[in-house]
Amino acid sequence: MLKTRVIPSLLIKNEGLVKTVKFTNSKYVGDPINAIKIFNDKEVDELMLLDILASKQNRGPNFDLIKQISSECFMPLSYGGGIKNSDQAKKLFEIGIEKVSLQTAVFNNFNIIEDIASKFGHQSVVISIDIKKNWLGKYELYCASNGKKIKKDWKQYLQDVVSAGAGEILLNSVDNDGTMNGLDLDLINIATSLVNVPIIVAGGVGSLKDIKLAELNGASAVAVGSYFVFHGPHKAVLITYPEYKDLEQLFKN
Amino acid sequence: MGIQQKNIIKMIGVLNYGLGNINSISNIIKHVGGESRIISKHDDIEGIKKLIIPGVGSFDHGMQGLHDGKWVELLNEMVNSESIKVLGICLGMQLMCKSSEEGKLSGLGWIDAKVEKFSFQNHDNKKIPHMGWNTIDVVKKSNLFSPEQNKRFYFVHSYHVVCNDKKDISTTTDYGFNVTASFENKNVYGVQFHPEKSHRFGKELFKKFISI
Repeated sequence: MLKTRVIPSLLIKNEGLVKTVKFTNSKYVGDPINAIKIFNDKEVDELMLLDILASKQNRGPNFDLIKQISSECFMPLSYGGGIKNSDQAKKLFEIGIEKVSLQTAVFNNFNIIEDIASKFGHQSVVISIDIKKNWLGKYELYCASNGKKIKKDWKQYLQDVVSAGAGEILLNSVDNDGTMNGLDLDLINIATSLVNVPIIVAGGVGSLKDIKLAELNGASAVAVGSYFVFHGPHKAVLITYPEYKDLEQLFKN
Repeated sequence: MGIQQKNIIKMIGVLNYGLGNINSISNIIKHVGGESRIISKHDDIEGIKKLIIPGVGSFDHGMQGLHDGKWVELLNEMVNSESIKVLGICLGMQLMCKSSEEGKLSGLGWIDAKVEKFSFQNHDNKKIPHMGWNTIDVVKKSNLFSPEQNKRFYFVHSYHVVCNDKKDISTTTDYGFNVTASFENKNVYGVQFHPEKSHRFGKELFKKFISI
């Protein structure tokens, strides 16, 4: 049986590892290379690396750092942050990244999706979609690099990026990010019913039960930040990952 | 065994034909105690007894890459004369088949098999691609897989191999039906999953390929 993937999500800021709450208040949690080594030993399903400043600063990926990280990885690794063209994607694949994740560059240019997908396969292109509720509780498309909403219907946008060639979707709830209070299951349910590509869901995991609920609502993979790096009421930094047998048990019907 | 001979056996060629994650494969070979040589031009292949054909991307793009590098004839000769053991990974495995629904070009045809697209009815609730960790069942005695079950590997593919001769199949994986996860016939080996990204299960497979 194909197992639902549980993916530690690592946020990079100035070559350090951080964790945010609702996309702000980033807290330093350690050295990325050290974290990768720990996750390697724990045999995690996959790793996701996101440079949260690259697009904000209008620069490309930090290839040297990514190469250092990927050479330590014996599991699939995806990278997102500042990718604007297929040449950058090519370079990332060459240094050991399996999938590239795009957001900012895609809002006004779907061609980049097809450009990368046609050369490296659909499975190598992840489109990152961040959703934030407005004051009426309505879901809106959000651009993480400038903190502004995008005036497009998010459901249509989701279907459009899949039609354009996205092989996978990373769906993040801005409101739930870093809260560890559970995922937005309604959002997951709606999104997974609209498209037939795998969806990685993110934002709010605080327990194994949250991961199970995501699976039951159609998620193919769950990205986890805070829950795998913070421990206890004072949020001490401690990198963890569930035992394989515990995940196996969790996903049993 | 002399040192010279040992080095030759440990040396694995990794074919660079413009597709695939060459570095990840070299990296894991080194990690398990082997040596690799990137094979980018014909001279590089001299003395190589074991070759890995990686590959990520579409079938025709892959075959075109092999044709552009004038690899097809040379590889056919080496494989047919059994002077080389060859392991195809993911698209590399699919290229060893006769044809694919994904493309118009003929495959290498080393294994009597074709490549078909996954197709599921909606109620199956199966996403395409088949992406993630899945366990394999070992279905025949194999040089690359020990008989114990429940090994897991990382898969990413939208097309799958269908062997005409079921005796070629060495492992299968369950994705709605028994999908061919690997084949093995004489000196030709193919794995649909990515052993270079499959933790200790992948490391074990590379160790076995180095030692055969």
